[in-house]
Amino acid sequence: MTSDSIKNNRNKNKNMTKWFSDISFLRESQIMKIHYITGVGALFVVAIHIMMRLIMPFNMSLEFENVILNYKNIFYALLLESILVLIAIHGFNGLRVILLELRQTQIWERGVNILVIVAMIGIIAYGTRTIIIANGFSLG
Amino acid sequence: MKIFKKDKTKKITNERSLEIERERSNKSTSSSSSSNQKSKKLRIFRINAVQNPNDVPHFDEFQVPVKRWTTVLDALLDAKSYQDSSIGIRYSCRMASCGSCGMKINGIPRLACYTKISDLDTNTITCEPLPNFPYIRDLVTDFSQFFAHHRSVMPFIQNKKADIPDVNELSEYEQSPQDLDKFLQFSYCIKCGLCYSACPTVATDLKFPGPQALSQAYRYYADSRDSDKSNRLKVIDTSHGIWRCHFAGSCSNVCPKGVDPALGIQLLRSHLLGISNSEKKIAKLQDRSNNNSYREELEEEEEEEEK
Repeated sequence: MTSDSIKNNRNKNKNMTKWFSDISFLRESQIMKIHYITGVGALFVVAIHIMMRLIMPFNMSLEFENVILNYKNIFYALLLESILVLIAIHGFNGLRVILLELRQTQIWERGVNILVIVAMIGIIAYGTRTIIIANGFSLG
Repeated sequence: MKIFKKDKTKKITNERSLEIERERSNKSTSSSSSSNQKSKKLRIFRINAVQNPNDVPHFDEFQVPVKRWTTVLDALLDAKSYQDSSIGIRYSCRMASCGSCGMKINGIPRLACYTKISDLDTNTITCEPLPNFPYIRDLVTDFSQFFAHHRSVMPFIQNKKADIPDVNELSEYEQSPQDLDKFLQFSYCIKCGLCYSACPTVATDLKFPGPQALSQAYRYYADSRDSDKSNRLKVIDTSHGIWRCHFAGSCSNVCPKGVDPALGIQLLRSHLLGISNSEKKIAKLQDRSNNNSYREELEEEEEEEEK
């Protein structure tokens, strides 16, 4: 390996580590702003979701056909999607805040940030897939 | 020489009077202790972490004479003077203005010089070093981390117009009473570390600046003479910064000077979120006071009141 290629590799590694260290590319105040907004938003949409359960007897609302019918209603599907996104963002950021207090090393901090973002994206993707399938669209 | 002699005689008379006073006080304490219990048990936390890192912490007990006005610091000094001279205490002013004698008294962080034994209503007084601080010896703790946090928030006014060496004129920075009111209570902080020791977040997160540093960050942020506000916010707006406060409020509960660090933290947070209604109201009032018509109205009101 030439010295140039070694330098390039080093720069790449540096950029990677910089990206990992800047994984929280938002400032903490911006993250907390999102945290509060998603919290209030989740309260609002969950309230609608619970009220929708009460328009018919509670047992009936959880029957298979009724649940699938809910998914087929595009507005209700959007409501479920927004619940999923808001709670995932709010919940995983809350978890991140708790985990950050446990240890104060940089590796831990980066690890927690990456883990939380990956888990959040994973849950949102899985939930969205469920909503789409239940809605009647086939994913290939 | 004459003056020297005079001084010497004065000294001798002073010493005699002191001896007489001591005898009197000894008599009074002995008579009072015999008549009704005027002595209390003092339990002192003992450790010598610097000289002997393997030293096992333990409590030593002392019986100390107590009067109505005796403070915990007086009792500790009594025990140190007459029973065990090796007790480690840090103190200086004895009037709650230096913040040196902070310790955990009966489970609560307090200033020893500011806590009267009669107010504690117990026969046993337990003195421990401040929690969240590393031990040095007995009741003396290491404040280096605490002061490092304090320094990190830049506890000084930064003004680009100030300190210009080429300009010989003295510059003046006006500050209205309304502006002063925004931060006045936070400037009473004596850096005793009681709020830091009471903070549950500091107990788990050592990178958290603590209530003292954060309230000082607000004190300088709110100062109208300061011009480096954005940098101040950057320092505390980190993953272990101001947002890790749980708002337990124990910092405000233990402050001996009546400072409310929790309020400072909440005000700073509102600034970071871009919501600071209370201060906007103050600003509006200020604008009105600058307006001549409003001044005239005020003057008229004052005249009417005088009549």
